[in-house]
Amino acid sequence: MPPNGSYLPQGNPQYVVRNYYLELIFLGILLLLLVDLLNSVRTGALPLTRLLTFVWDGIIIGLALGLAGVGLSMTYSILGFANVSHGDAMTAGAFLGWSSVFLLVGYGDEAFGQLLLLGVGGDLFASDLGISLFKRPWAVLFGIVATGALTAGLSLLIDRLVFKPLRDVGSLMVLVASVGVAFILRYLVVFFYKPTQRSVAVAPERAAIGLFDGVPVIAASREELVAGESILEFPVGVGRKTQSYLQVTSHEVLLIVTTILLMVGLHLLLQRTKLGKSMRAMADNEELARARGIPTERVINWTWIIGGSCTGIAGFLVVLERGTMSFQFGWLLLLLIFAAVILGGIGSIYGAIVGGIVIGLTTTLSLVWLPEATLARPVAFVIMILVLLVRPQGLFRGRVVG
Amino acid sequence: MSRAGNVVESVRARLADSDYSDRSLIVGTMLAIYVLYLLVGFSLGFDVNGQVNALQRITFLTAVFAMAGLALNLHWGYTGLFNVGIAGFMAVGVYAMGMATAPQNPETTTAVPGLGLPIPVGILIGILAAALAGLIVALPALRLRADYLAIVTLGLSEIVRLSFSSNTLGEFTIAGTTMGTGGNSGINLVGDPSKIVRQFYETGFGIGPLSDLSGAILDSFASVGIEQIVVINLSYTVVVVGILGFVYVLVQRLGNSPFGRSLKAIKEDEETTQSLGKNTQLLKAKSFVIGCGLLGLAAILWQGSRGLTTPDTYMIELTVFIWVVVIIGGAGSNTGTVLGAALFVSILDEGPRFFRDIVNATFDIPRAPTSIVEAVGSIGEGDLMPLLAYVFGELAALQFVLLGVVLILIIKRRPEGLMGHRKEPASTLDISRPATERGDGAPGPPAGSSDPEAGTGEKEDATDE
Amino acid sequence: MSETETAPTEQEETAPEPILSVTDLRKEFSGITAVDSVTFDIEPSGMTGLIGPNGAGKSTTFNCITNLVSPDGGTVVFDGEDVTGMPTYRIARKGLIRTFQIARELREMTVLENMMLTANEQNESPFHAVSPGLRDNVRRQEERLLETAWELLEFFDIDHLAYSYAGTLSGGQRKLLELARALMADPEMLMLDEPFAGVNPTLEERLLDRLHALTQEGYTFLVVEHDIKLIMSNCERVLVMHQGELLADGPPEFVREDERVIEAYLGGEVSG
Repeated sequence: MPPNGSYLPQGNPQYVVRNYYLELIFLGILLLLLVDLLNSVRTGALPLTRLLTFVWDGIIIGLALGLAGVGLSMTYSILGFANVSHGDAMTAGAFLGWSSVFLLVGYGDEAFGQLLLLGVGGDLFASDLGISLFKRPWAVLFGIVATGALTAGLSLLIDRLVFKPLRDVGSLMVLVASVGVAFILRYLVVFFYKPTQRSVAVAPERAAIGLFDGVPVIAASREELVAGESILEFPVGVGRKTQSYLQVTSHEVLLIVTTILLMVGLHLLLQRTKLGKSMRAMADNEELARARGIPTERVINWTWIIGGSCTGIAGFLVVLERGTMSFQFGWLLLLLIFAAVILGGIGSIYGAIVGGIVIGLTTTLSLVWLPEATLARPVAFVIMILVLLVRPQGLFRGRVVG
Repeated sequence: MSRAGNVVESVRARLADSDYSDRSLIVGTMLAIYVLYLLVGFSLGFDVNGQVNALQRITFLTAVFAMAGLALNLHWGYTGLFNVGIAGFMAVGVYAMGMATAPQNPETTTAVPGLGLPIPVGILIGILAAALAGLIVALPALRLRADYLAIVTLGLSEIVRLSFSSNTLGEFTIAGTTMGTGGNSGINLVGDPSKIVRQFYETGFGIGPLSDLSGAILDSFASVGIEQIVVINLSYTVVVVGILGFVYVLVQRLGNSPFGRSLKAIKEDEETTQSLGKNTQLLKAKSFVIGCGLLGLAAILWQGSRGLTTPDTYMIELTVFIWVVVIIGGAGSNTGTVLGAALFVSILDEGPRFFRDIVNATFDIPRAPTSIVEAVGSIGEGDLMPLLAYVFGELAALQFVLLGVVLILIIKRRPEGLMGHRKEPASTLDISRPATERGDGAPGPPAGSSDPEAGTGEKEDATDE
Repeated sequence: MSETETAPTEQEETAPEPILSVTDLRKEFSGITAVDSVTFDIEPSGMTGLIGPNGAGKSTTFNCITNLVSPDGGTVVFDGEDVTGMPTYRIARKGLIRTFQIARELREMTVLENMMLTANEQNESPFHAVSPGLRDNVRRQEERLLETAWELLEFFDIDHLAYSYAGTLSGGQRKLLELARALMADPEMLMLDEPFAGVNPTLEERLLDRLHALTQEGYTFLVVEHDIKLIMSNCERVLVMHQGELLADGPPEFVREDERVIEAYLGGEVSG
């Protein structure tokens, strides 16, 4: 099982001592940062609005990373290789999914080719179709389902063509093959859709959350909140302050709700069904699972289907939230997804979610201290590397569920 | 013991023999590629300068990619270290060289100042910086599982790239000295190693006989119509090929030594190697650091001659290029790596563009349609040209697709690459079967069972091809 | 935690300084105690057998002694020095070499390469390997190593396989290679994990013959073996493990009569 036999015995006492030693330093630094954070909020150096926005953005990125991480985590633990093409499968799935949404919305009104290619080489723009959750709810829901299905299908196809014939090959060579798959997917997207950034959705509906005269309210915008025109009031009072703290969009809320629903669904699926049990068995020991009569190829197919659809949906929702996409977005997310999965523990679904949120929060909260946003991603990668060095098994020890 | 002496004697001959065949393989391949390119050049109507330029270009690229490939071969082929952070180590080397050699008071205001050191010192600093980056990674990360090492090195190369592109490192001041990476717009490489060659031709370094020599060389090239700039590029390429030869011997000697033997054992089974009394962590770290230094050197020779380097040069694509070079050639084989570089550069990298140029010169290709749908639509009208034009327009993307396909096909069909696994003995002595004893029906290399990375079935498939 | 019910160990009072002494060695794997307070001493030169039913903890004991698996408790003293928790390679360099239950020859290396690898007093510097003059020193050193390698291969009668890849050898030949390779490291003591498993009777005879010859030369052996008869008739002392504990320790005649040993083996037969 260990690829190329470079395990070091984890029980090595020096190793263990060093482990906890480093983990303590890690926690200490984290605690110091937290104290500093609270202190900046107290002194007003960091406005609460800014902090809340960081946290909210971090959670959104984190949930998307976690949802996309489920597939990576499952294939890593069940098939035993780090799938580098995961991010580009997400890109390809999202492009296909959005093409189908464009076709659904614009069929008959716009040129077929234009819709299919999301307006490449023509004058079709996102504003012509006006896709947002409230304006075209059915199109968005269709997009979620279609992207999930298309990405699952794509994943199955890739498995059939590339990974299935390589089942008995060492995991590192499969990893290299997955780099090949990543290149093929990424640059086929460029070939068909061109490398420029595409705008696909219009600005989503917004709401502001804050206090009006000490009463927590939700309003349509910051201005309306301050003016007292709230949509929703909570019948409690805290002081007499009036301030808008956080702006949220419908697409952000959709991302959060969908991700949580899918997570609960996945939990039930894997915990309650025979499939889940088989997956756990295979992640633990594939040969044993096969010997016990678990139809491994069927389980692998389901792994790709579940992982692929989660990844596709995550990609669709991220694009919806951002409003734009380019051929590199999945690849750029991939290392963050890896970071999330490794942090949570490979094979653990809860781990992927928790790891995703931690990584998401890292990329946003680190901006409190960082001089510029370019350095936020490096910080997340540094954390990923530190986790691999200090606690390679992640926060949750690797099981498909729990 | 007479027997050992016999072995030593009889085998030296064979060693020379295999060296000879390796060398002739490389030279033969390069000659074949040259002939191909010359034919293409003729059909495109290149003049002498154009022809020499084309050959110089593929030779130069082959040399630098082969050099980087040899470094990766030391990591992966010899030691089994899965380094996916190649681009990052290359970036560290080039940027360190750039920052060390940039003038302290640049003439233009946009240029970032540096330490103003001479070129050779800058190159040395670049190599050492890349090696140091390797050491920093090696100390903690080499105890990790191979696939985790892959993720760590990949993460590291992204950290390097993003940090170098940041404004924070773009220009900073430490202890009164201002320097920087130039951020997103990159850094001017004042320490361009090809400058030394240029100086030789322009001034002869102010030494009389040298300047006479350079003048004579230029004259003789001019007599066949080759311009000075082409001569300079050609000479620099010759220098780089010479350095490649040096690196080749270096890596070969590392492999054929007690050091290389222990690396080979680590690649096969690290636990057993430890149990036999080898400090595997230290050995792996040495191999990693040496390889990273060589990556820095290759990158400096390559990017340095461009005069400018930008962070987006060091994306994952570059790392994959080097991996393709090694995988085509066969992990563990230095000859294979050089061949892999030659094939990669001439066929996968430069080939498609040359093909496009030929077709463009031969046929009347229309302007590329704006989208694939338009291009496909015109097939219905019986016109294939728009599709061809579109494909040519997006050739760069298709080249990457082709690269991906090649990668997958090699792993499926021929995981051991062109030259197969390392066969030469890991010793300063030739301790392989003496020539006189060969062919006596004794068991040869293990058939299909030896490669820990490839399944037996795969290998058998490969031999069926 | 449980008390070691070891048979008379007082006999060692008169014995020379032990080369290996293991005290209170413990190892747990997720709640299962694989090695439970194992204590024993090995005197220099001679062959000691370590037997026990499947899962008795014999291999884990080996792994703990060489720190391939780090023990949860206890100490290991080799040649008068506490080596507990010392990196595996350093223990090996001190002269304690072990072999594996399933022969771990380095299959893509030839038999000669396998042999040459092990010598510990060799110059592994990459700098010496590439420098023109220094490389000649390395070469001379390797010529000497090569001679030793040939001698050992001849001793084990596998010199005709010298150029073959280790992966092509038969099971028994691999065992011989592992032993020969271990001797290249010039060890003081060898711990052999089932050296006779999968070895045909002819080779077994040869292997035993060599082991006895080496014992005469002063090497110390600790041999894990499944075949009780083989151990009983070849070792002067036998350790018996059962469910992680050391059950009995003494000369073969003594161990053979031990009630608990008989019971453990019978129990083992019934359940296994």
